[in-house]
Amino acid sequence: MQFKFELEGGNFSKAGYASSQIKKVLKQLSIDSHIIKRVVVALYEAEVNVVAHAWRGIVQAEIDADKISLILQDEGPGIPDIDQAMQEGFSTASPAVREMGFGAGMGLPNMKKNVDELKIESKVDEGTTVRMTTYFSVKGE
Amino acid sequence: MKIRQIQELTDATIICGEESVEHDVQYAFSSDLMSDVLTLDCNEMILITGLCNMQTIRTAEVADVSCILFVRGKKVTPEMLRLATENNMILMKTEYSMYHAVGELYCNGLLSIY
Repeated sequence: MQFKFELEGGNFSKAGYASSQIKKVLKQLSIDSHIIKRVVVALYEAEVNVVAHAWRGIVQAEIDADKISLILQDEGPGIPDIDQAMQEGFSTASPAVREMGFGAGMGLPNMKKNVDELKIESKVDEGTTVRMTTYFSVKGE
Repeated sequence: MKIRQIQELTDATIICGEESVEHDVQYAFSSDLMSDVLTLDCNEMILITGLCNMQTIRTAEVADVSCILFVRGKKVTPEMLRLATENNMILMKTEYSMYHAVGELYCNGLLSIY
């Protein structure tokens, strides 16, 4: 099952729409509610990042029997130092983003906490691609 | 604590979800920082916040929070109301400050997550 959503930089009214839709699909598939929450929290954080920092972006979701793969690809300023961006508390968010209740430098660490695999690739002045994978069953079971 | 009791203790108005006021909730979390709400592992809680915009409702939706109490009489937009109703949320608002509202609820036994 594949889904695609568009994101627009600065348009906070749309941030979270993809997460909301994916949550509904996963619920219909009777995926464990704790896993659904982890997936949608990570996706929502990633959506907010695109809207907060990039000019535009797309969300692609692929749901298989055992996992969900999410790719968020944006055109934007990119991340010069990914290791620094992963540190809790580091943020380059604007005052407008902070007024929306975000921008405290917690997004990327929280995404990492909530997915099984996280890969970030970025080129300054071009954009960022975030790949997240979550397995539906706890590994080893 | 029943939602109805939370409403009475904070002198709150129910904006939507009136039919669920007899539901019980054990925990509360108060913050204007949605990033903080997204790090919580608890679902059975009420969110008390002064932040009143679409992202408050979206955050509650993805974090499985089904009840929000807005402090200082914040105004909920029709778009927020639509999304909250779609997700069967209870929205309430009180004229109390955050400090006053959480003080009343804490003293009456509503538990803190941390």
